Amino acid sequence: MNFSDSIVSALRAIMANKLRSALTMLGVVIGVGSVIAMIGIGEGTKQKSLENIQIMGSNMLTVMPNWRRGGVSGGPTDNPTLKEEDIVTLKREVPMINTITGVVQRRMSSRNGNKTHFTQVVGAEPQVALIRNATKMWQGSWYTFEDEAMSERKCVLGFTVYQELFGDGMAEGARIRIGNQNFDVVGVIAYKGGSGMWNPDDQIYVPLSTAKTRLMGKTNLDQIMMQTSNSDLMIVTQGQVEDALMATRKNASGEPLFRVMNQGDIIAQMETQTKLLSMLLAGIASVSLLVGGIGIMNIMLVSVTERTREIGLRKAIGARRETILAQFLLESTVMCVVGGTIGILLGLGSVAFVAQALKVPPVVNTQAIILAFGFSALVGLFFGLYPALRASSLQPIQALRYE
Amino acid sequence: MSLIIDTKHLAKDYVMGDMIVHALRDAHVQIQAGEFVAIMGPSGSGKSTFMNLIGCLDRPSGGKYFLNGQDVSSLNDDQLADIRNKYIGFVFQTFNLLPRTSAIKNVELPLMYAGVKNRAERAKQALEEVGLGQRIHHKPNELSGGQQQRVAIARAIVNNPVLILGDEPTGNLDSRTAEEIMALFQDMNRKGKTVVIVTHEEDIARHCKRIIRFKDGRILHDGPVEDPVDARDILRHMPDPDEVITADFAV
Ligand SMILES: Nc1ncnc2c1ncn2[C@@H]1O[C@H](COP(=O)(O)OP(=O)(O)OP(=O)(O)O)[C@@H](O)[C@H]1O
Ligand SMILES: [Mg+2]
Repeated sequence: MNFSDSIVSALRAIMANKLRSALTMLGVVIGVGSVIAMIGIGEGTKQKSLENIQIMGSNMLTVMPNWRRGGVSGGPTDNPTLKEEDIVTLKREVPMINTITGVVQRRMSSRNGNKTHFTQVVGAEPQVALIRNATKMWQGSWYTFEDEAMSERKCVLGFTVYQELFGDGMAEGARIRIGNQNFDVVGVIAYKGGSGMWNPDDQIYVPLSTAKTRLMGKTNLDQIMMQTSNSDLMIVTQGQVEDALMATRKNASGEPLFRVMNQGDIIAQMETQTKLLSMLLAGIASVSLLVGGIGIMNIMLVSVTERTREIGLRKAIGARRETILAQFLLESTVMCVVGGTIGILLGLGSVAFVAQALKVPPVVNTQAIILAFGFSALVGLFFGLYPALRASSLQPIQALRYE
Repeated sequence: MSLIIDTKHLAKDYVMGDMIVHALRDAHVQIQAGEFVAIMGPSGSGKSTFMNLIGCLDRPSGGKYFLNGQDVSSLNDDQLADIRNKYIGFVFQTFNLLPRTSAIKNVELPLMYAGVKNRAERAKQALEEVGLGQRIHHKPNELSGGQQQRVAIARAIVNNPVLILGDEPTGNLDSRTAEEIMALFQDMNRKGKTVVIVTHEEDIARHCKRIIRFKDGRILHDGPVEDPVDARDILRHMPDPDEVITADFAV
């Protein structure tokens, strides 16, 4: 019996037992497909959040009130809100601050004609453009310090907001409503390609004074954002910021009423989140791999009686041991390769699909593919060969009478 | 005349826990080329055990077996596989065809293991010989029991073996179909093949030229059949199956 005969008879055996073959291949498909999909989606999300951080702004430090520590004793010094004085303090005490602005923000609805869009409205002085890396404009320009001083009702739109309200028309010079007030659009920030919670494209910027007095009625600041002059000295600068604020902004028990986050913190925070997600997805993937493997095992073990008898018959009419092993090995290999290929295609397909839906980059992890394929193939080969390995030590009549 | 089967002190024991079953003891059997032998005996007397040994489907616990002059007991598994492939055609009571596989592909199997080239042609020829030329692409579940047994016989003869063995080949068939199968065995015997079958029925055994009777794993009796019946004669006098049905309705 030559090799092409073996191939033909292996294919024939697969075709003659379509259900068995299909179920076996399904096991491989599930295992391989899910691992590729899950790992790919997890990796994509991770890459995306790292990209988001780059987009958000460089050398950025953010001061936020620490609500957990504040208000313990109820005294006025324990109020964790941030104030304009803090900016003055920081400017005076920390020379490495390049630019700094207070920020107030609130989610509000915006409207242009009959198009409305609910979005994050950020009140900040115009230098926020530098801090948040948003100087590149699609249309128009940023509002000015003069606008800031005059509390003008002017606004700059993120690209997503622009698309929602104007499609691809002209926004500069148009008048939109934010909340229940009219604002003049002075500029549209060029597309940055953000996504998720902190999507920098899905924001409207207005002058800080306008936001505080006219739009949100806030006297305090929600955040203080600053850009430091030297990214290598970020940690030093952060320490100086903390020291400067500690003088006035600590509670009765001496704990700070604020938090300073640098980009590293934000990256770390996002990384823990995405790591959790990746681990969850990897967990799901390994379960699927296991389920696939058990599926293969089950179907192989269920058919072991039939297959053992088949081997008995083949031996009875003259098949040698290695011929039978070759047939079963080929059969399993073909099924693993076909199943694996379908699994890879399905996995890649779902990665592409989900990546598009979540706006994350499609990531293909070769290691994951090799691992999943290897595992499924091993399970498939082992349980495919199992009846042949067992039966090869039996006399033909024992295999024929196997129950 | 040459000896096809020659066994000396052939024995087979099965160990069941601490009990030993002597399925076959001290069997001396000599069968010449061209013989047609029936093996008979009560259930459990060792007939199948003997058949499996002379068909090289199993290994003896003791004694020697010479097939066509060759000491088979000294061969390894692969050599035995080649022996089964070239010299022996085995027909089982339960047909043992590959399911979901067409008649012709079933018959081609021994040729494939033999590495023969023009397999389809030879398989078709063998199927025609057993009267199944019209059904070569049917699968086992699309064939009657008698037709399946014909496929099995075609498979047994396709490689042109010297020895054809049948363990109760008519056991699962009605009397007319059994007669048709016996006619095939007689045809093959007439063409020079050595045929050995196991049967429980004296009617069937009387088609053979010699009967060996087993009891408790031993040979009880061995002798020729006087004036064996010809299956073709009987078939000629048997009512057509269609007529039987008509007759049934008439009653
Ligand atoms: N694999 C086995 N393990 C243990 N004992 C066995 C085995 N095969 C057969 N035997 C025993 O060997 C004895 C002979 O069995 P065998 O199958 O040869 O009988 P037989 O004459 O063919 O009977 P039947 O007419 O019912 O087919 C019986 O007692 C049986 O129980
Ligand atoms: Mg028997």
